Amino acid sequence: MMDLSTTYLGFRLPHPLVPGASPLGWDLEMIRRLEDAGAPAIILPSLFEEQIEADALGTMHHMDVHEHAHAEALSYFPLADDFVMGPDRYLEHVHRVKTAVSVPVIGSLNGTSVAGWLAYARLIQDAGADALELNFYHVATDPHESSAEVEQRLIDIVASIKSTVRIPIAVKLSPFFSSLAHLARRLDLAGADGLVLFNRFYQPDIDPDALSAVPRLHLSHPDELLLRLRWLAILSGRLRASLAATGGAHSGLDALKAVMAGAHSVQMVAALLINGPEHLALARRDLSRLLKEREYESLAQAQGSMSLERCPDPDAFERGNYMKILQTWRVR
Amino acid sequence: MSRSWITVDGNEAVALVAHRTNEVIAIYPITPSSGMGELSDEWSSKGKTNIWGQVPTVVEMQSEGGAAGAVHGALQAGALATTFTASQGLLLMIPNLYKIVGELTPFTIHVTARTIATHALSIFGDHSDVMACRPTGIAMLSSHTVQEAHDFACIAQAATLASRIPVMHFFDGFRTSHEVSRIEALTDEDLRAMLPDSHITALRQRALSPDHPDLRGTAQNPDVFFQAREAANLIHTAFPGHMQDAMDRFAALTGRQYHLFDYVGHPEAERVVIIMGSGAETVETVVEDLVSRGERVGVLKVRLFRPFSVEAFMSALPATVQAIAVMDRTKEPGAIGDPLFLDVVAALNEDGHLHPKVLGGRYGLASKEFTPAMVKAVFDELAASKPKHHFTVGIIDDVTGLSLTVDEDYSLEQPDAVRAVFFGLGADGTVGANKNSIKIIGEDTPNFAQGYFVYDSKKSGAVTISHLRFGPRPIRAPYLIRRANFVACHQFDFLDKYNVTGYLEPGAVFLLNAPGDASLVWDQLSADVQQAIITTQAKVYVIDAYDVARDTGMGNRINTIMQVCFFAISGVLPRDQAITHIKEAIRKTYSKRGDAVVQANFAAVDATLAHLHRLEVPTAVTATRRPAPVVSADAPDFIQRVTARMLANEGDLLPVSAFPVDGTWPSGTAKWEKRSIASEIPVWDAGLCIQCNKCALVCPHAAIRAKVATPAALDGHPDTFKSIPYKGAEYSGMEYIIQVAPEDCTGCSLCVMVCPAKDKANPKHKALELMPQRPLRDAERENYAFFLDLPEVDRTTVKTDIKSTQFLEPLFEYSGACAGCGETPYIKLLTQLYGDHLLIANATGCSSIYGGNLPTTPYTVNRDGRGPGWANSLFEDNAEFGLGMRLAADTQADEAQRLLRVLRDTGWVDAELATTLLDADQSTEAGLAAQRARVVTLKALLRGMGKPEAERLLVLADALTKKSVWIVGGDGWAYDIGYGGLDHVLASGRNVNILVLDTEVYSNTGGQQSKATPMGASAKFAASGKATHKKDLALMAMAYGSVYVARVAFGAKDAQTVKAFQEAEAHTGPSLIIAFSHCIAHGYDLAHGLDQQKLAVETGYWPLFRFDPNRVEKGESALVLDSGSPKGGLGTYMRNESRFRMVEQMYPERYKELLASAQQHAQGRFELYEQMARTRP
Repeated sequence: MMDLSTTYLGFRLPHPLVPGASPLGWDLEMIRRLEDAGAPAIILPSLFEEQIEADALGTMHHMDVHEHAHAEALSYFPLADDFVMGPDRYLEHVHRVKTAVSVPVIGSLNGTSVAGWLAYARLIQDAGADALELNFYHVATDPHESSAEVEQRLIDIVASIKSTVRIPIAVKLSPFFSSLAHLARRLDLAGADGLVLFNRFYQPDIDPDALSAVPRLHLSHPDELLLRLRWLAILSGRLRASLAATGGAHSGLDALKAVMAGAHSVQMVAALLINGPEHLALARRDLSRLLKEREYESLAQAQGSMSLERCPDPDAFERGNYMKILQTWRVR
Repeated sequence: MSRSWITVDGNEAVALVAHRTNEVIAIYPITPSSGMGELSDEWSSKGKTNIWGQVPTVVEMQSEGGAAGAVHGALQAGALATTFTASQGLLLMIPNLYKIVGELTPFTIHVTARTIATHALSIFGDHSDVMACRPTGIAMLSSHTVQEAHDFACIAQAATLASRIPVMHFFDGFRTSHEVSRIEALTDEDLRAMLPDSHITALRQRALSPDHPDLRGTAQNPDVFFQAREAANLIHTAFPGHMQDAMDRFAALTGRQYHLFDYVGHPEAERVVIIMGSGAETVETVVEDLVSRGERVGVLKVRLFRPFSVEAFMSALPATVQAIAVMDRTKEPGAIGDPLFLDVVAALNEDGHLHPKVLGGRYGLASKEFTPAMVKAVFDELAASKPKHHFTVGIIDDVTGLSLTVDEDYSLEQPDAVRAVFFGLGADGTVGANKNSIKIIGEDTPNFAQGYFVYDSKKSGAVTISHLRFGPRPIRAPYLIRRANFVACHQFDFLDKYNVTGYLEPGAVFLLNAPGDASLVWDQLSADVQQAIITTQAKVYVIDAYDVARDTGMGNRINTIMQVCFFAISGVLPRDQAITHIKEAIRKTYSKRGDAVVQANFAAVDATLAHLHRLEVPTAVTATRRPAPVVSADAPDFIQRVTARMLANEGDLLPVSAFPVDGTWPSGTAKWEKRSIASEIPVWDAGLCIQCNKCALVCPHAAIRAKVATPAALDGHPDTFKSIPYKGAEYSGMEYIIQVAPEDCTGCSLCVMVCPAKDKANPKHKALELMPQRPLRDAERENYAFFLDLPEVDRTTVKTDIKSTQFLEPLFEYSGACAGCGETPYIKLLTQLYGDHLLIANATGCSSIYGGNLPTTPYTVNRDGRGPGWANSLFEDNAEFGLGMRLAADTQADEAQRLLRVLRDTGWVDAELATTLLDADQSTEAGLAAQRARVVTLKALLRGMGKPEAERLLVLADALTKKSVWIVGGDGWAYDIGYGGLDHVLASGRNVNILVLDTEVYSNTGGQQSKATPMGASAKFAASGKATHKKDLALMAMAYGSVYVARVAFGAKDAQTVKAFQEAEAHTGPSLIIAFSHCIAHGYDLAHGLDQQKLAVETGYWPLFRFDPNRVEKGESALVLDSGSPKGGLGTYMRNESRFRMVEQMYPERYKELLASAQQHAQGRFELYEQMARTRP
């Protein structure tokens, strides 16, 4: 039996294949199936502060506004004190998942304000989460905000959350930082226990007939793994924080590559959504088989073996490779 | 358990007792009683128990008749049961009341006394409904204040259980039911002490049971019925004793002593007023004042009206009385006197010892004010040498001269009380904030507090006026404040519309929300307002509350900001203490809405004081501007004399002679009321426009219109008037115009949302865009007037497609419906298509309120003076009412045709003319126009013919032109209360068209579930999400095979909607159109109403189809599906609306199940329709 164990966010996991944050995480039945398929931890979908606020203010603007305005109808909805526009439903879910499974439960949070990040992080911890993934889903559209300011905000939030909660925190990043290695180091210093590479954004498409932007989210494709491999390899071995790959890992082979690049855990989403929770067990078997075929003793032996530090051909991850390809290009 | 002081309205005060002392509560919503049922349902749904530890079962029925039936059954089977109702609802319960009384079943019904609809409907309060129940034999107990309503709810239950006589506990609708007041609450122990187990055991033992079977409801014959009817005499006779006993036991518990008749006043009074209801309080305060001035006056407050205890009455009445005025809050035309008067006269006669002069007086119909000044006038009249018999007070009766003259300067306001009047907008949250303030003052300070709220008749841009009193002594003033020491105007524009400053008493504080720099506010005031401020030496404070609201994330909600200002400058509470209380109240009220709302409110509180400025008032008026007249000088005489006064809040001053004797009201009055409520209005970019006319179609208020005109007609147009060449062949060479009515638009933005024409270089810019109204108002007003004067399109040339129909003049315009209303576009379309030969029977509900609520109404006429004839009968009978209209139109047409044939056959009318008139095809506009022309010819021929048949035909000749009868109403009517009648009319085969405006909930009464409410939606009485599927009314109607049925959604497929209207009209039998109507009760921004309609259709939530029996004759399936297979899942549609999201949020697992079931049902239903559509006859 191949030893696939790994350590992520301080948790000793029997293998690195963790179901990533996805709609599967809303369904208790699915979560149980994931656990049955061998999931070593469960990452829940994100609590979006912005959504909670929009719901709350929307309620004020579209429901409360009609109250006490006409003699025949002082209100239009049942007086539902339980209709709480807040994080309660999410927190309840965290609690229920925690009770239902025996593996670590990792909550996920997308905040908008510093106060929001802090408050919700604490609430998710108190609801029973074993760790927290901070989902920095942020598209920098403000031309007045510099990259340094964006990064500083991120660092500040991580530092504050670290000083507020006791559970480990992972930071899920997008690849759109100009100096990602530097940022990773600063996050590491700020106390982040893990980095998750990378967030995938909704990609607005354009409808040329309706002249409208159409938000779309396609499931990841294995091609997308390459970007993750590069950055895992670059960061591997240089940080205290553990690393996770997310986006494009669909198979045992993909997982193996990510681990070799330096991932301590590999998050799967698209393949599970397409094939069902049981796909996880299959990928795990594949991973085990692939290591065995290559005569590895354990996963640990492969972990980070192809990082920038250890890779026999580090140029591949750097600019040199680009140059080389250009130079070898021949017109056919 | 010690008693606590609570601040509640009358409805809550009663429900607090009724819910704790009953097991079964069956209700049906009706204003103003709905609150009691809603609270009971809410409490039961939260598991709140009655005093015996059981959670009462609350059921909403399909009508008040149904509620009474359910209560009757529950009582027979041995449960403690109650119901709440008013007005027409009470009338529907009368048959059961006779039964329940006849069977001597203990039961208390709580009634918010409300006007019965006669010449007009009124939602307001008087005793005409309860008085209609006198012959049932039910005991009638009247409470006069919020505290008494609470107390009597308990006393009534105790007396009915002790006596077996059912009790109707009634209190004044709105004045008591909606007055917020500080009262001492009864504890569970109090209630238990009042309701001994032995009485409940007796009830149980009488219950119908197969274990000891009885028979109730036999049919009795002449031999025994009479005797059996007399058998219960002793029980009725004993009731007053039981009632007094209950009152005495209550007094022993609480210290509040009531009697069957309570006399207050001089022990040797010579003049006495006898009265029941909230007015008794007013009389009492006047009596105290007059007695203190040495006058021998008194008031006899009637508590138990029936059974009328002559003995108790005589012992309460001072023997010294010489003149009595009996005040009735009802009118019984033709009676010798109104009911209380007659009983008093009979009682005096029966007793025989006293022989005072007895006058009957009528007051307060439909919540007409009853003030100390009016009471004073009554006492003065009693002292007159020749007093008026059967007088009225509170109105000016210049027709029969019955009204008393009132000295308006007589006032009894407490000098140490704060009297505050607030003018707000429905949407700005003023009333909610004031209710909060009353709670703060009533529950957190030793002060007594009272709040009463006056609402506008409009649903959009509605004005609210809050009347608040606070003081160290109990407040006994059930009437509006006339002069206030604090006046707040939360909307700057109101200063020019209403006499806000007329409420200022000398030295009062005046708080004004005014836009912009505070130092510039004085110059923006009219001369009248400046003068009033100077004269009263008011202390004026100004804030730009909208600015603060915007900055703190509150949007248009200025309630918290204005509340802070009130506490900061009124001096009711120390400022810091007030702010702490406000914040606590915010936390209590809004924490359920989420922290974001709480924080936004806190930010608003904190930001307010820095923006509040005291205005330096100059010593002299500097303005020359006077407010514009309420209506244009061009308005007709009636509008000038009557409507304008009503619009200026001066309707109370109109004399009797101003009104028609039968309630008939002129059409086309809304156009004279220029409300100017939109902050932004659409602006047309003619160059971008693709001339689709969709904006005109979707506008709920007919405030954006399309026209074509010849270039010559546009000569002399105003400078900013826009037009472009028409793009189609049918009006080639003409100019095309889209024009907004700037002062009638509500700013809902539906037109902008539907506009498909985007600027290719900057798609954010469309052919319609919202821009601030104020800078555009004057120019667009002129443009709109010019537009209206342009000739209308020739109806005979208009094609039947969606675009062309929008060139037809709407004869339903500028209604008071909500901004973005989903119902009114259908009605507007109906009037465009058939308005000039249309009769509308309108069920009570939203459509009758925005269709017929004064002061102004939206149905109007075209240039020929033709337009819809509109009438509202009741809620429950609308289908039958419309059928009656059809029968009348058909009968008159038949008679006219018969007379025409007689005159033709006898040679008096040209045979060709007669035959063409008789055989005319009026199915097209051209055919209709030709027939109208023939009728004109015929009439000219008939005049002076001298034949009796000709005279009769002249009167009936217009019946020879076609009349369309449309029966219009909401889902509450069609699915629930009126369903029996609707079904019968569908089966009648008559040519009527039924338009159901389906909002899937009782919108008008505030969001109670109907059988149209879909599975999974939260509504009142289905707070956790309705667990049953929406009734498929269309499928039920299709089962007849002969009824035209369509399901439409104009926002999803407007062409299908228009087609359905046209096919329904063409079908010679009954037609039913069920129209998807988005509504504020769905809980989202109605600007997205059209998108939601599209989603509803796409996801299979609302499949579109037309079922036309005429297709069967052609060998085709009657059913044609107009929408495709469901796509995307119902959840996609549902998650956008709060009514579903509430359930998802509160009960996620339940929601999942309901959604899955709804999804499966929608799929199955669609497959069924598909199968039907495939089936050939």
